[in-house]
Amino acid sequence: MKNQNVKVWFRSGTPWVWLTASAVTISVIMVIGLLLLIMVRGLGYFWPAAVHEFSYDEPDKGNITVIGEIYDEEVVGVARLKEAGLAFPQDASEVTRYLIKIGNRELNSLDFRWIDDFRIELQKQPEQIFVAERREWGNFYGYLEAIKESGEVVAQGQAAWSSLWQRLARADKIFSEIREVEKHDIGAINYQLEKVRLRERQAKLENDNDTQLLSRFSQQRAKLNAEYESLMGKLAQLNQDIARDSITARTSDGQVVEIALSNIIGIHLPNQMSVWSKAYFYIKNLKNFIVGEPREANTEGGIFPAIFGTVLMVLIMSVIVTPFGVVAAIYLREYAKQGFVTRTIRIAVNNLAGVPSIVYGIFGLGFFVYFLGGNIDQLFYPEVLPAPTFGTPGILWASLTLAILTVPVVIVATEEGLSRIPRSMREGSLALGATKWETLWRTILPVASPAIMTGLILAVARAAGEVAPLMLVGVVKLAPSLPLDGNFPFLHLDRKFMHLGFHIYDVGFQSPNVEAARPLVYATALLLVIVIILLNLTAIAIRNRLREKFKALDH
Amino acid sequence: MTHAVQFEALNRSFETPNLEQETPCLKVEHLNLYYGEKQALSDINITIPKKRVSAFIGPSGCGKSTLLRCFNRMNDLIDILRVEGLITLEGEDIYSKSVNVADLRRRVGMVFQKPNPFPKTIYENVAYGLRIQGINSRRKLDEAIEKALKGAALWEEVRDRLHDSAIGLSGGQQQRLVIARAIAIEPEVLLLDEPASALDPISTLKIEELIYELKNTYTIVIVTHNMQQAARVSDYTAFLYMGKLIEFSDTNAIFTNPKMKQTEDYITGRYG
Repeated sequence: MKNQNVKVWFRSGTPWVWLTASAVTISVIMVIGLLLLIMVRGLGYFWPAAVHEFSYDEPDKGNITVIGEIYDEEVVGVARLKEAGLAFPQDASEVTRYLIKIGNRELNSLDFRWIDDFRIELQKQPEQIFVAERREWGNFYGYLEAIKESGEVVAQGQAAWSSLWQRLARADKIFSEIREVEKHDIGAINYQLEKVRLRERQAKLENDNDTQLLSRFSQQRAKLNAEYESLMGKLAQLNQDIARDSITARTSDGQVVEIALSNIIGIHLPNQMSVWSKAYFYIKNLKNFIVGEPREANTEGGIFPAIFGTVLMVLIMSVIVTPFGVVAAIYLREYAKQGFVTRTIRIAVNNLAGVPSIVYGIFGLGFFVYFLGGNIDQLFYPEVLPAPTFGTPGILWASLTLAILTVPVVIVATEEGLSRIPRSMREGSLALGATKWETLWRTILPVASPAIMTGLILAVARAAGEVAPLMLVGVVKLAPSLPLDGNFPFLHLDRKFMHLGFHIYDVGFQSPNVEAARPLVYATALLLVIVIILLNLTAIAIRNRLREKFKALDH
Repeated sequence: MTHAVQFEALNRSFETPNLEQETPCLKVEHLNLYYGEKQALSDINITIPKKRVSAFIGPSGCGKSTLLRCFNRMNDLIDILRVEGLITLEGEDIYSKSVNVADLRRRVGMVFQKPNPFPKTIYENVAYGLRIQGINSRRKLDEAIEKALKGAALWEEVRDRLHDSAIGLSGGQQQRLVIARAIAIEPEVLLLDEPASALDPISTLKIEELIYELKNTYTIVIVTHNMQQAARVSDYTAFLYMGKLIEFSDTNAIFTNPKMKQTEDYITGRYG
């Protein structure tokens, strides 16, 4: 009887419903779990943590005081400590240890330190501790002693704080002026000087000994040099201005350190901050992370160049892959005689999608960079040689490589779209005296455009997440300048660029300070996911608009 | 409305049309058509008179649509199809190598069984054929579109929403829009392939009235399943059976006094 029931239960299909539903549930949980993990780990980094002062007994060294943020904590079994040769209390089976970020990298060899819980004698959170985020040497933790102007102490103790903010703002303003001059003005002059040099070299290569031309070059160069000198003068003045102020601060072990304000990005007192000011600080940090440039071998600062590079590369790839894939699909579906050859081509195209991406990277390096790029340099940029222009990895070659990687997806999706267009629509157009080409261009392609967009969405999703081939054809750890700037022709397709995916790899594995970089890995991963989602949502929005516009009869 | 049509139909019967006296428009001589190995039309000879309505009737699969599609070479789209024989439009062989198919289709318009407007605005649907001919001037288009929509008896219904999507129109309106689209490029011949079979009775009636109007300007060939419809709208009727033209004569004669036994069997409902 019972056996019968089980049989009926099986035949009803209920177990399969449960099985399929649980498969969906597991997938959803995994995706949400992944997003939550990188969100929590990544976003927590920007919250200003409390700074503690610990006094503890270090074996061999006696009593030590350190200041720092609690970065991590772990519970270790005594056995493991014993194996490592570390001391432990007799009565405990487990020991809690804290990883403290103590900063002050110029003073301490390591800016992280493990402290055993049982050794801590005193732990407090003094309100006077300040954290200075610096352009070099990472964070500084300590107490403010005095403010100096041109080497003279102008304020001390509590009075120092009141004038600090104003001086800090001044230094910050001068610093952005310096950046502006260095990057923008001097950068432009260097760019033009290089252009003049190349034009001169070109003239020489062509054996053009027109004295008038040559004298014009030297005039131009003299003019640019004069501008350069005046900018350098301005820069020297600014550098002098910014070096005026400095602070002295006392570290946990009583050393007094002098820090130039030019080296300080921001100062905050985390133990005094209310939740609201912490939230404000958090948002400011997040903003700086997104729009800022990386510092200290990518372990500090922002990741704007990587976001920019990723998005620009995907856009260039889309611009290349869409027409290419669509044209190929049109030929395959509309013009080619259906038969053995087209079937073989279709199979080949589908299989291309399964080739490991690093193989495309190798192909891109060998064909695009060395062959195409090398020849372009020979033909169009002989004056720059032996320094390569296009004969070296760059954003154009990276985009082209990814375009080849994703073209099968676009071809398949477009073919699918073309085949789904009702015959009556083609006939309607042909019966009005349109040729096949006019029918395609005016009717079929617009109606198939949502399908083309679907292909593009899939292509973008794949391209934005690809890292391996890019390492061969254009991505670098730190690009000196963005591929898009104010110097004509504005879009520099030959430049190398930064990419979020590679940035994650670089920060996570290649950084000199792995502990410090770990939260950045999560934050960057989160940003990469967000960028891909935004790119996809844009494409989906366009597709839905097209769908609405070309809603055909039968759908 | 219904009365008016019947009255017109009655009126017409007094004219006693005579095939011999009509000006020929399309002439088919010894037409054989094959789908691969299978012969679909055999030895068709027929002369379609100018500015008259000729109807093709016959059971399903008899080849009437296939014959119609020969007139604008719509059959060319099928790879395995082969045509032998001669079809002339105003004395010109339309299957000759020198004929441009797109030009031919401009002269011989076609309306299909299911309304197939493009997913564009009403305006752009009617403008489609004109734009292909390179007419892009706003003034010319406006004029031609108004004329075509009036010609298709649709102007009053859509004049305020010319820039709305054509997909929003009803089935009958869509079919009239497709006719407007076809007559906007002023063809000589209009081929109608069961134009009302997907429509409700009122829309069917409107289409039939429209055909009666259009007769003055165009040579019309209509394929229909519906014998009453053929009787109502056409001047001449051809009966096809198993790929052969059995009889072609004035409509009255076909329906009242068929010469062939097969025709009589069909119109009295013994098969088909």
